[in-house]
Amino acid sequence: LLRGRRLFSVSVSHIQQELPGHVVKSLVGLLGADRLSFGSAIREQHGRDESYHADADGIFPPQAVIFPSSTDEVSEIVRICNHARIPIIASGACTSLEGHIAALRGGLALNMRDMNKILEVNQDDMDVRVQAGVTRIQLNEHLRDTGLFFPIDPGADASIGGMLSTRASGTNAVRYGTMRENALGLQAVMADGSIISTGSRARKSSTGYDLTRLLIGSEGTLGIITEATIKLHGQPEAISAAVCEFNTLEDSVNATICIIQSGIPVARIELLDEKTCAAIKTHSKLELEAKPTLFFEFHGSKNSVEEQAVRAGEICKDYGGSHFKWAESAEERTTLWKARHQAYYSIIAQRPGCKGMPTDACVPISRLTECIEETESDLASCGLIGSILGHVGDGNFHCILVLDPNNKDEIHAAHLFSERLAIRAIRMGGTCSGEHGVGYGKLKYMEEEHGSAAIHVMRGIKNALDPMGILNPGKMGS
Amino acid sequence: MRALVGVKRVIDYAVKVRVKGDGSGVETAGVKMSMNPFCEIAVEEAVRLKEKVRKEGCCLGCGIIKEIIAVSIGPAQAQETIRTALAMGADRGMHVKHDDILQPLAIAKLLKAVAEKEKPDMILLGKQAIDDDCNQTGQMLASLMGWPQATFASKVDLAGKDMTVVREIDGGLETLGMKLPAVITTDLRLNEPRYATLPNIMKAKKKQIDATDPAQLGVDVSSKLQTLKVVEPPTRQAGGLVANVQELMAKLKEKSLI
Repeated sequence: LLRGRRLFSVSVSHIQQELPGHVVKSLVGLLGADRLSFGSAIREQHGRDESYHADADGIFPPQAVIFPSSTDEVSEIVRICNHARIPIIASGACTSLEGHIAALRGGLALNMRDMNKILEVNQDDMDVRVQAGVTRIQLNEHLRDTGLFFPIDPGADASIGGMLSTRASGTNAVRYGTMRENALGLQAVMADGSIISTGSRARKSSTGYDLTRLLIGSEGTLGIITEATIKLHGQPEAISAAVCEFNTLEDSVNATICIIQSGIPVARIELLDEKTCAAIKTHSKLELEAKPTLFFEFHGSKNSVEEQAVRAGEICKDYGGSHFKWAESAEERTTLWKARHQAYYSIIAQRPGCKGMPTDACVPISRLTECIEETESDLASCGLIGSILGHVGDGNFHCILVLDPNNKDEIHAAHLFSERLAIRAIRMGGTCSGEHGVGYGKLKYMEEEHGSAAIHVMRGIKNALDPMGILNPGKMGS
Repeated sequence: MRALVGVKRVIDYAVKVRVKGDGSGVETAGVKMSMNPFCEIAVEEAVRLKEKVRKEGCCLGCGIIKEIIAVSIGPAQAQETIRTALAMGADRGMHVKHDDILQPLAIAKLLKAVAEKEKPDMILLGKQAIDDDCNQTGQMLASLMGWPQATFASKVDLAGKDMTVVREIDGGLETLGMKLPAVITTDLRLNEPRYATLPNIMKAKKKQIDATDPAQLGVDVSSKLQTLKVVEPPTRQAGGLVANVQELMAKLKEKSLI
């Protein structure tokens, strides 16, 4: 199926061994015994993320977990591990989705939860400097009376360091961008323990290689992010939300294209396919038709959000949209978007006792209809149950499969379906992961997506920055 | 009509509170302070009443809240809390300067003095502050003013001088009718407070805040309560592991737990 596909295999034997005694001694000497944990529950917790890979492949726990509280401690820990060639897997909230933190070659999990200080809020410059373990909800609570907010909202309450490492995105990327656009600079510990600062607080700079962007999305394989300076945005003065049904998926995507091209600065535009709406109608008993439905949110001044909603409504009508409703007050907006917020749970509720397996594909928006339709017919022909949710403004959609964890055939069929989806997206000029990242689950598509020449360059960078191969080995760049 | 809203500066709800080494109180140095969440709800309700009535195009005499005054009692930094209220939509502020911690009765007396000056038609307060959890100020104030009180309000409707308030009580919801002027204390489900936006924060810097103090208001705020000591709850002891049920039973008996 895939040219040059690497067969995925890992030797498990060394994972049973303990960390070398002299390494343990150095680490305990550095941090004390209570910040280095060997308990099996803690180890498993830190080797397992929110993906389905653990169910299929088993958990890859690290040999120990350490909780540093400063950049200097991280630097020393990395130095010790580099010297002893012990793998290090950094983690934050452990909510990644493709086995990012699985300790494939054993080693030490470095969890950043104690590095959770918000260091500096600069209101005039609209930026904030935080330690990597700060979570996005913690950051926004801290900022709530400043008039500023951090807009990126992936489903989990992820850590900023984790979000940077995976180049995370949220539901309002169409307006506010992803982590890639919102990071001004980082502080990171490299494989030899050296501490570097990247970027600057200036909004633009034309000096040097862009190390900030190199580290962002590198999933802990090139360096460990310890601090970050992030851009903030002004709280919208007013917000309006809208909902519209369409007769066909194609109509809803075309309406989206037209809305974006009209220059309407839509803040969120989410698509729920008819199966998802049907599931929500059944589960949440909301008044929703089983038709492709778009959910919008507009940010701006009071006049602007009304204008945006009205113009979007007119465009939707041109594409056969019906039952366009919009609202401004917080309670009414919550009601309009309730269906969207309930979507995941309603989808899972279709088969009690089953688990959801999300997929993630992103294509140019002009190919989105085709990609979703092919995916839906693939779904139908292999008899799997799944529903589609999309950040349609970015050409990104998630097909959530509802699987019986005990049905091996179904799981196998789901993996093959997921493979076909990844290849389909790549062949349409897109990517096999818009948001969820690579971890180890999507390693096998990297060459298909990037081509062997680019992969060769990536490996070169990895070898230059981590010659001992200790930073999250077995993942990207290995 | 005029609304007076009380706002208190407290330790931010997300902060892990620590007791001071000498046991005299909690650590506030270098700790993030914010407007008490229930006070935020009170400000939001006042702003909504002002916006709502204007939208419905009510005429004079139909109960338009024209002006919202945010009042705070505390040290110099209480002005920041008043500014937040102004950024949410209050029109002007009143700062009653006093550096020590005050008890609800003193606060109620001070608010009464402010109310006698400003003559509001309603006073909105949070039901309680998250630092002392007293839940007394609103009730005491209503009593001192001789006004009706609608505490734990989860819905407020205004028609002229007639107010209907739904309160959350143990058994469910209670609906009260009363005539203004009245004291309302807000509960969690009354509304979802808005975020202060940058343009509004900038406008708030230009709004007026008057300053006064207990002496000028003629109020004796000396406390009849003295805090003897403040201690953290005892730290959780590590548990002991037992090998089997027999050992568990023996341990439970040993500790006279069974």
